Amino acid sequence: MNTDPLVWLTIFVLAVFVGVEVISKVSSTLHTPLMSGANAIHGVILIGAILVAGSAQSTPILVLGLVAVILASINMVGGFVVTDRMLVMFSRPKKAIDKSVHREVEQ
Amino acid sequence: MTPAWAQLGYLVAAVCFIVALKGLSSPKNARRGNLIGAAGAVLACVIVFFATDIQHLLPILAAIAAGTAIGVLGAYRVQMTQMPQLVALFNGVGGGAAAIVAIIELTELRNGAAPVFELIATAFTIVVGSISFAGSVVTFLKLQELMTTRPVVFAGYPVLYGLGLLAAVAFSVGLVIAPSLIFAVLLAAVGAALGVLLVLPVGGADVPIVISLLNAFTGLTVAASGYLLENILLLIAGTLVGSAGTLLTRLMANAMGRSLINILFGALKGGSTLGATTMSDRPVKSAGPADVAILLAYAQRVIIVPGYGLAVAQAQHTLRQLVDLLQERGVRVDYAIHPVAGRMPGHMNVLLAEAQVPYEQLKEMDEIDPEFKQADVALVVGANDVVNPAAETTPGAPIYGMPILHANQARQVVFMKRSMRPGFAGIENELLFEPTTTLLFGDAKDTMSKLLSELKALTV
Repeated sequence: MNTDPLVWLTIFVLAVFVGVEVISKVSSTLHTPLMSGANAIHGVILIGAILVAGSAQSTPILVLGLVAVILASINMVGGFVVTDRMLVMFSRPKKAIDKSVHREVEQ
Repeated sequence: MTPAWAQLGYLVAAVCFIVALKGLSSPKNARRGNLIGAAGAVLACVIVFFATDIQHLLPILAAIAAGTAIGVLGAYRVQMTQMPQLVALFNGVGGGAAAIVAIIELTELRNGAAPVFELIATAFTIVVGSISFAGSVVTFLKLQELMTTRPVVFAGYPVLYGLGLLAAVAFSVGLVIAPSLIFAVLLAAVGAALGVLLVLPVGGADVPIVISLLNAFTGLTVAASGYLLENILLLIAGTLVGSAGTLLTRLMANAMGRSLINILFGALKGGSTLGATTMSDRPVKSAGPADVAILLAYAQRVIIVPGYGLAVAQAQHTLRQLVDLLQERGVRVDYAIHPVAGRMPGHMNVLLAEAQVPYEQLKEMDEIDPEFKQADVALVVGANDVVNPAAETTPGAPIYGMPILHANQARQVVFMKRSMRPGFAGIENELLFEPTTTLLFGDAKDTMSKLLSELKALTV
């Protein structure tokens, strides 16, 4: 794999713009679930934790790696579940929400 | 070396995350967006097991199971009122995990000729991950009211902070020149101290903004560890959260009419000591539930300003019944939702949605604020800071500059309050002493039930 720092820099800068673009029009109603959802996404550090724990050569390192795995899974799983719990409440009175969305579109 | 199919899988997961963020910014697609994000995360975790040679498989799976159990339990047990704290904790453990990953990776880097960029990324991840972890713990303590919600500043704070920053830079340089575990541990310690120092001077009402900022920090550390581990998905996901989180932090700060610098360091200028007003014993007008019931029943237009106190007392269901009854009598009733009502932007919408208040009765501030002039009664339930005129009249108050709901323009203002205790920002509310203001003391749920039965008696 290409480890040229410039390639990584390119991906990084493009991702910055994507991140800004996708949420640029969020209404304040959704700030809380959005923050919680973004929080869950950075839980993919779990992959990093699995990688380092999976190549640990000594017991202390393995233990440390496993701690990271536990913390990262709490972040990822808990984050997605709690965001879903919030969003279910938003979508319960389904007709009401559809109506308000239409209203926004009309405006 | 990651196989091509795994790279493609990571690409799919990255697209899932982008779609997730996009979906989360509109009410219609929010839930689906979140589920797509979760699917992407699961996909990525499956890929990593098949694409790389993972040893210690059983302990790792057990650790994932343990973390999953804790996360799910926390997510289901939490009260909706405690949501900001939980998000802070989830964010903190993520930052902690990133810092640990970087420390372990350092032990591997030491064995070979470690390139400078990798070492810089390592130092960054350790410091910022620790800041995020420790900072999140302090925000948790503040929101849970396990410590004071007032800004904490002390003499020598700027000096200490400056020294901390210098130490972080010095240890980072040390780590790059001589990669050793000692520097890594020192960096983690300094990072934790900086995290605590960062959050201490932030007033309670501003803490959620800081959670959002720390969330963005954690995103960046995840991006940096992606570079370290040569994992492109971590880089993309982390960067997305980092940039989206930074923008979200700015949007939230704007909703409160504050600048980020002011939120983080405003207390250092000495201004917010104004928050330390004592409870005054100036006279206020108070009334009983029967009087307020009559006031509401014969009004034509009522605007309700709900606040965090309403949700804490679990009175939102009773409030909804009250509103239903008023509407049956032909009173026009709306809820005025301040962007930061509750403890976090958008929090009140979640809390009222939980009580099944119809979405269309919730009016955002820009829409409802001009209508207070025509309202007969503004009923403020468990809110305080969001209607405090000090935000416009008292420069130096912790909430100065925050847009407020002009409940004071209504013909009558009724405050339902437990006591004369100031709001979360810790400042007194002049509106309580206005001649048009009536106070209805008591626990919100209890008072609300009494109000409801008085109103029923009038209707029969």
